[in-house]
Amino acid sequence: MLNKFSTALLSIVLSFSALAFTSDTYTFDDEVTEKRYKSLVKDLRCPKCQNQNLADSNSAIATDLRREVYELLAQGKADIEIVDFMVKRYGEFVLYRPKVSTTTYVLWFGPAFLLLIGVIAVVVIVRRKPIKKAQAGLSEQQKQQLDNILKDK
Amino acid sequence: MAKLIRFIPLVLFIALGIVLYRGLFLNPQAMPSALIGQAMPSFNLTQLANDKIDLSEKDLKGQVVLLNVWGTWCVYCKYEHPYLVDIAKSGRVALYGLNYKDDRQDAQQWLTDYEDPYQFSIFDPLGKLGIELGVTAAPETFVIDGQGIIRMKYVGPIDGKVWQERFLPVIELIEKENGIARVK
Repeated sequence: MLNKFSTALLSIVLSFSALAFTSDTYTFDDEVTEKRYKSLVKDLRCPKCQNQNLADSNSAIATDLRREVYELLAQGKADIEIVDFMVKRYGEFVLYRPKVSTTTYVLWFGPAFLLLIGVIAVVVIVRRKPIKKAQAGLSEQQKQQLDNILKDK
Repeated sequence: MAKLIRFIPLVLFIALGIVLYRGLFLNPQAMPSALIGQAMPSFNLTQLANDKIDLSEKDLKGQVVLLNVWGTWCVYCKYEHPYLVDIAKSGRVALYGLNYKDDRQDAQQWLTDYEDPYQFSIFDPLGKLGIELGVTAAPETFVIDGQGIIRMKYVGPIDGKVWQERFLPVIELIEKENGIARVK
């Protein structure tokens, strides 16, 4: 019994140490740099993994790129310079927030354009067939017919 | 006219269907390299076989240079290895290796155990040159022309089919530019 318990405890402890092993931590001189680092690794996409940012990925390339971001920050590079550094080597793919350019117009303005088409369609349909009350109502003759039918019941 | 308008939703639906259907066959892993048409980035690393020999981009000599990114940890590098040996023996291209994120001892042993197809290998334990080249994993192979311009990048292992379909057209183009007539 005690043996089982200690095995379970050991496996729990080991699983935690494995977690700690895979994530690298960097120390920063000031809070601002740390915040910049965190926001950069959050917005940069890991080029090997399909949908993970540098912060979330444990792949070798993400680890290397986090180190690169850290070193570039230590060199006093501006955020935009670091982003340009990555784009120059890995292409626009690494940006989770792609730049506005001719290739990304559809991405940026497509949804607004579709919404505009929808609004126009709704306006056109609503305005095209105004239902006139006179048409919807009954003529004198029809009213009399209706009265007759109701009386019969 | 009013009748035609009724068909607009159908036409839009078919168009959307075609776009999405084509999307099923796209490879989401395929990524255009940002370095095509750019000069080979400069570097300063040692040779794998001898840590006393410093190497730079000027040491990659040849009319058509192939730079193959490899590592002992990389399974597919072993798969493409015999093809690389054949390519090196053909003498048509100058094949260099970039030993990527590896242990020097292990890598040297690997080349002894199998066969060393490379003129030399650059030793890049931290993947520094790898980042400069936009390498994400191994194997990757770059085709560089005589002027040191990167002409093509191929991600994945090389085999006979890949060599025929992807590499030869680029190599033939570079050879044509250089005025090398090949006797078939």
